[in-house]
Amino acid sequence: MSVPPASPARTAPAAPDGPAATAGSPAPDPAERPGGRRPPELTPRELGRWAWRQLTSMRTALLLLLVLALAAVPGSLVPQQGVDSIAVARFRIEHPDLAPWLDRLGVFSVYSSPWFSAVYLLLLVSVIGCIVPRTAVYARALRARPPSAPQRLERLPAFASYESAETVEAVIAGAERVLRAQRFRVDSHAGTLSAEKGYLREAGNLVFHASLVVVLVGVAIGSLWGYRGNAIVVEGSGFSNTLTQYDEFSAGALAGASSLPPFTVALEAMTADFQTGGSQAGQPKSFEATGTLTPAPGADPAPFGISVNHPLTVEGTSVFLVGSGYAPVVTVRDGAGEVVSSGPVPFLPADSSYLSEGVVKVPDASPEQLGLEGFFLPTAARGADGVPVSAFPEAVDPVLSLFVWRGDLGLDDGVPQSIYALDKDELSVVEEPGGGPTRLLLRPGQTAPLPDGLGSVSFDGVREFARLQISSAPLAWLPLTALVVAVSGLLLSLYVRPRRAWVRARSVDGRTVVEVAALDRVARADTGPDLDEVVAALRARGRSDRRDDPAATDGDRA
Amino acid sequence: MNPEALAELANLGVATATVALAIGWLLHLAEWAAAWAAARSAQLVRVGAPASASAEEPTRATATTDHPADRLARAGLAATVLGTALLAAAVLARGLAAGRVPWGNMYEFAVAGALVVLVVYLGLVARAGIGWLAPIVTGFAVLVLGLSILVYLPPGPLVPALDSYWLVLHVAAAAIAGGAFVVGAGAAALFLVKDRAEARAGGPVTTGVLGRLPTTAAMDRLGFQVHAFAFPLWTFAALISGPIWAQHAWGRYWGWDPKEVWAFITWVVYAGYLHARATAGWRGRGAAVLALVGFVTFLFNFVGINLFVSGLHSYAF
Repeated sequence: MSVPPASPARTAPAAPDGPAATAGSPAPDPAERPGGRRPPELTPRELGRWAWRQLTSMRTALLLLLVLALAAVPGSLVPQQGVDSIAVARFRIEHPDLAPWLDRLGVFSVYSSPWFSAVYLLLLVSVIGCIVPRTAVYARALRARPPSAPQRLERLPAFASYESAETVEAVIAGAERVLRAQRFRVDSHAGTLSAEKGYLREAGNLVFHASLVVVLVGVAIGSLWGYRGNAIVVEGSGFSNTLTQYDEFSAGALAGASSLPPFTVALEAMTADFQTGGSQAGQPKSFEATGTLTPAPGADPAPFGISVNHPLTVEGTSVFLVGSGYAPVVTVRDGAGEVVSSGPVPFLPADSSYLSEGVVKVPDASPEQLGLEGFFLPTAARGADGVPVSAFPEAVDPVLSLFVWRGDLGLDDGVPQSIYALDKDELSVVEEPGGGPTRLLLRPGQTAPLPDGLGSVSFDGVREFARLQISSAPLAWLPLTALVVAVSGLLLSLYVRPRRAWVRARSVDGRTVVEVAALDRVARADTGPDLDEVVAALRARGRSDRRDDPAATDGDRA
Repeated sequence: MNPEALAELANLGVATATVALAIGWLLHLAEWAAAWAAARSAQLVRVGAPASASAEEPTRATATTDHPADRLARAGLAATVLGTALLAAAVLARGLAAGRVPWGNMYEFAVAGALVVLVVYLGLVARAGIGWLAPIVTGFAVLVLGLSILVYLPPGPLVPALDSYWLVLHVAAAAIAGGAFVVGAGAAALFLVKDRAEARAGGPVTTGVLGRLPTTAAMDRLGFQVHAFAFPLWTFAALISGPIWAQHAWGRYWGWDPKEVWAFITWVVYAGYLHARATAGWRGRGAAVLALVGFVTFLFNFVGINLFVSGLHSYAF
């Protein structure tokens, strides 16, 4: 893979669309016989060489790039497991027939699927297979002299000639100085001067592609040794960085859970501010979590503040504030009047008004276990059809709306279950004596009795919670630095324009005929004008040398 | 001036700029129509004229400096300059009204993006004489400004995730690259039209609308220059500043969010374009098609992903 122009190692042959080569066919192999795509008999070694040359050809690299672009598309249209697992679950429910097929094809995790990996790994091999030999070619070109002049300079795209009164040697020496001043590398030989410049283009090209390889290696290291997890921390409680405290945790294959730095965070306040007026009322204005951080057991706690765009960093691990929500403080008493559950319970925000959903599990209630399920509305209002909705994300007029379930919560089955959902297999909804499910509507400080002497539920108050993301991406600077280097290389490869130039001087009847020609390796419009400038400089030089500084010119001629 | 008055001024500026640009666009369309009509009448004359006169006709037509099409082109350019100046004032007023950079939501990005397209275009008109792209660029700007009304929001503060200096760098780089992509796509489209016409005619086309365009080789070269400018910027926006900011705001450098996926796709397609220009069988037409595909992925990322797919960038860029 290379940025234009292709150097010899990867230049596809010049006759692209001849009758033998159909569009999209691989570049013809030099060893190939005319008319056939492949010689009739190839030894495995030859076949391997042929396949390698195909893989590392520019055309294959181009096709792989386009396939990579195409392969990335489905992951933006179908929810991805690693990005939004809740959306994946919802998609599975909405498309029960399609989901198993998408599963088989790995469409729910496109970017770690075998086929996506195959495309970028092939591209990686193609890039390496291209830049390694090209680096060797480039190293030779750097040591080599500028290419010698073609026999007939007048056939080149830019050509000029003039007559001079100077000697052949003086013309060549002057040309050498003019071209050197234009940063050409020059080599003169018997009345002919060869010059070349723009070597940095290929260097930039090679640096760009090599950097991309480093980027991929760096990303691979980060994902093998890195980890990322989420935890919900309620105001007044804490989080210590051990595996059991995470709600969700994913780690690379080589990241050990024992390597988690043992810090502790105590959350004092989670503050979320929202626009209170205007057309953008209810839009978030700022989020901030404050509290104290204990970097290691026994260390002194220090205050911290985390806000969006301003994470907290502890020993290579960063703590981000990625969300907030409400945890209503709920106390449940059973039929005997005993407190069987008390404390803040995080309810997860379901929309931008912070209408939140959650459950309270009360396994210790007797005679039967209880489960509460429902909504928390930070600012209760009545929506269409009389359904309570949240009018504003801040807790202005909080209301807790709950249904009550009784029976077996299924916590003893040994099957892990979500703390945000009830397993209703062994539960039945509690009903009013008059019929219909019991629905509790509570404001802070209110207590509602449950029917059938099951006890009571109190809504004591509201606390906010912070959703923290704790992540470590080792060597993250490596791919980023490599990308910066890549862009520098890219700029060189796009803006440095290699050019070759030749000057030939011959003595004809006592006068010197000077021929100047230039060849651009990238098509450009200014070859002719630039050549005219060089010629003008050469002629001016010849004149001024004679007129103003005869001694120096004589010295040159000697 | 208070923020409300500035916001009013910004809206007025956008409205008048849209009108001025629409007039510019119509003048440039008239320019093409005049060129077409001239070519047609020249053809008729040539058919009726003696053989010796017909050979003179094209040279005389092109030598005439004050062709109606040229007058219309100058008028169109003047309207475009006026519209751009009004739009620049509007964007400035919007920024002052909101007290921050004026690209904090989809509406603002569309308006600021249209301004960037016009500035890139006018800069290249001055430097590289790309006035022949006028109908496409002004038409695009009018379309974007007209459609931006659909996502209008009055100026307000930023959502917390956007409140970062990376907003300045990341979005500005993406917008400038996008402005160059528009010019590049216009050049690629006209290249394809002229290339096809010349392939049909079996030689260079020098009259009519296509005669007002530069040679296909020059259009291809301009396309490359514009993309060579845009691609490194896009790399910076999508693959460097984007990930750094994503790490600060969301706790990960790269998460295959739909917006990131399409930014990556755009990057890959434009990388394909740069390679195509050096690959036999892809030079010229193939490369131009890839430039157009790249532009379509860029537009889809801005319009389709913002409006139809939910993701972390839902506040819309």
